[in-house]
Amino acid sequence: MGRYTIRRLLQMIPVLIGTTFIIYAMVWALPGDPFSGKCGQRPCPPAYVAEMTAKFNLNDPLPVQYFKYLVNLLQGNFGESFSGRPVWDEIMQAFPVTFRLALIAIIFEIVIGISAGILAALNRGGFWDNLVLISTLIVISIPVFVIGFLAQFTFGIKLGWFPPTVGPNATVYELLLPAFVLASLSLAYVARLMRANLTENLRADYVRTATSKGLSRQRVIGRHAVRNSLIPVVTFIGADFGALLGGAIVTEGIFNIRGIGGLLYLSIRTREGATVVGVVTVLVLVFLLVNLLVDILYGAIDPRIRYE
Amino acid sequence: MRGLRKTAPVVIGASVIALTLAACGGSSDSGSGGSGGSDSYVTVNGSEPQSPLIPAQTQETGGGNVIDSMFTGLVTYNQETAAPENAVATAIESTDQQNWTITIRDDWTFQDGTPVTASSFVDAWNWAAYGPNAALNSYFFEPIEGFAEVQGEFDEEGNPVGKPKAKEMTGLKVVSDTEFTVKLSRPNSQFPVMVGYSGFAPMPEVFFEDPEAFGKNPVGNGPFQFESWDPKVSIKLKAWPDYPGAQKPSIAGVDFKIYQDLDAAWADLQAGNLDVLDTIPDSGLAGGQYKSVLGDRVVEQPAGIIQTISFPIYDKKFENVELRKAISMAIDRQTIINNVFNGTREVATGWVSPVVNGYKAGVCGEYCNFDAAKAKEMFDAAGGFDGKLTLAYNADGGHKGWVDATCVSISNALGVECVGKPTADFATFRTEVVNKEMTGMFRTGWQMDYPSIENFLVPLYKTGASANDGDWSNKKFDDLMDEASAKAGQEGIDLFQQGEAVLAEDMPVIPMWYGAVVAGYSDTVSNVQFTPFSRVNLLTIEKS
Repeated sequence: MGRYTIRRLLQMIPVLIGTTFIIYAMVWALPGDPFSGKCGQRPCPPAYVAEMTAKFNLNDPLPVQYFKYLVNLLQGNFGESFSGRPVWDEIMQAFPVTFRLALIAIIFEIVIGISAGILAALNRGGFWDNLVLISTLIVISIPVFVIGFLAQFTFGIKLGWFPPTVGPNATVYELLLPAFVLASLSLAYVARLMRANLTENLRADYVRTATSKGLSRQRVIGRHAVRNSLIPVVTFIGADFGALLGGAIVTEGIFNIRGIGGLLYLSIRTREGATVVGVVTVLVLVFLLVNLLVDILYGAIDPRIRYE
Repeated sequence: MRGLRKTAPVVIGASVIALTLAACGGSSDSGSGGSGGSDSYVTVNGSEPQSPLIPAQTQETGGGNVIDSMFTGLVTYNQETAAPENAVATAIESTDQQNWTITIRDDWTFQDGTPVTASSFVDAWNWAAYGPNAALNSYFFEPIEGFAEVQGEFDEEGNPVGKPKAKEMTGLKVVSDTEFTVKLSRPNSQFPVMVGYSGFAPMPEVFFEDPEAFGKNPVGNGPFQFESWDPKVSIKLKAWPDYPGAQKPSIAGVDFKIYQDLDAAWADLQAGNLDVLDTIPDSGLAGGQYKSVLGDRVVEQPAGIIQTISFPIYDKKFENVELRKAISMAIDRQTIINNVFNGTREVATGWVSPVVNGYKAGVCGEYCNFDAAKAKEMFDAAGGFDGKLTLAYNADGGHKGWVDATCVSISNALGVECVGKPTADFATFRTEVVNKEMTGMFRTGWQMDYPSIENFLVPLYKTGASANDGDWSNKKFDDLMDEASAKAGQEGIDLFQQGEAVLAEDMPVIPMWYGAVVAGYSDTVSNVQFTPFSRVNLLTIEKS
């Protein structure tokens, strides 16, 4: 287990270098230079463009630029944005907010998604099953921004139960509504995944064996069937956590959450290479760690999968 | 002289449910505590400044709102007429429109107590124009003699060649603490209007000591002083009690709340968490929803903005003047405004915005009036058009709706295929435009820097001008602009108008409509007015 973890951690180094280079090259390859749209309808003054080009090494060939960036990065220097703010500050302002949002969303997914899935599987063909199937179908078919605006309008403005936008401190209470919106789609998938797995496992040989062994129904379902059905669900949730961190742009926009998704979107639009690469680097790192955690969790759920 | 760059709010049908919203938002920002607390500040929709908070570095709205409230220049603009009125200046005079003598008040200070002198202006302008300082607003000083020497030279790739020859412009001379002279490289009667732009603000000595630190904690000479800047969250300004200007603000301060998305600001306004929203997003405009929500708490007025369609004159296909006129006539502007903008724009009948002195309605004449039959006749007489027409735009600015509607109008009237041609984003779009790579029509827009008819003509249509995207060139127009710039008062305005008439003869750019302010406010503020620059007037607004 220990050796496995160390090997996985070491594997992260080439992955990190590879992804940062790809992202750097992609930002570099974007059409349109950063200063062509900055001054609106007229070109920016040549002195300004020259100064910024020199400051951000934009005239160097790509490998040189990337090498300079990497050297800075290894010293813990993420560079500066065009407005002169350290990129690290930008990331550290946005990341905790996004992390909290994603975490609450994941909790919604786990609690509501898994229970709905179990409920449906145990009542196959019954009322609860149909309710879960139909409601998840509806959620899956509605785009997230529609759900977002509807939730904001209904619960934020009309009923006033939740604040319609998230304030600077992004408290848990403020994040509840956006996190639910964010979770809604994956929640539906989790419920369906759980239902399908559990339904299948309930008919498996080992469940019949356990039942004929004289175990109580509760123990059969809880200890054997549900636990085995959780494996694909955990994989899904692990991958989804990574996706929620960087991909909550729409939800963040609707509820004015100052998160990673919005930062990334804005930086791409303004061609702020340093910020884009910085954010992505952190995201990749988190993604890799979450994946490792998920893989280790497998072993805990299913003793057959052990790493050595 | 920034172009239009509105971000597109997501339009959504979910907001059609009619609602009558009383003050049920649980507003927490009124009545809590005594004066001076930031709870009693007026909250205004804002965006994150893209540059340090320095007048010479600030162009976009986010930083512009702050700079405008913190600095007072030589002149300010009248709320109603947009005419310049002396503020720090007591007189700006010239006999030949080229050599200007400026006298300023001797009792005006900065917020740190140091006096505003003639050097405060001259040093600030020299700093902004000096190439190595890389100021975004440096081109505003181009009319001043000696600008080229301080700006420096650049090679073909845009790299600076050596250091600039001089550090100070020869055209600026300090006579005394309260007087300085400006020599322009050619006459410009609009100079007194120009100096009200925030790029011309005076700067205190602390600025020159450490511009970088100043950009995070600026000291101005205007009605509001800097309190705090929480990046991406809010910028707070408090009223400066010793403001020497004629009109002092009645509010304790202002809090620019930073939103990434106008729809979020719109939601906050409805819930009572925001006092002033300067732009109601499409989701609020849809079906006139904003009127039913806000009642009379809505401000609608013309803005110094014009939306246009440019021809790449450098492309032979568009050489024919009659073809350009026919296309203009084929556009049913009013119908597009009604369908796409809920009637919140005003049809353009010329190239100059109605908010400036010198505006004349109907300069464009019949060529800006929709007449399908006549347009078709002209189009055929001009020999038609080979292939299909395209209208390029940046897809990230919410332009798709009107661009497609315009193309439909042209296709229907002229019987030629016309399609909108999106480019991924503004940066890519502008790169193509600046590099003269356009092969069809493309959208252009202009937001004025200072309220002068000159600002709507010279930078856009003069030969080789910085925003002359279509490369149109016309000797008669150029001569009229030079002549007009040399004449003061109505005489100059008349000549500018004659220049505008040349545009009608040649149609290098099709006028579409004038922009408008469509703003809303909460029930805790009153006397809400908007300046000719589409900004909320913080000097007149009141908060209960």
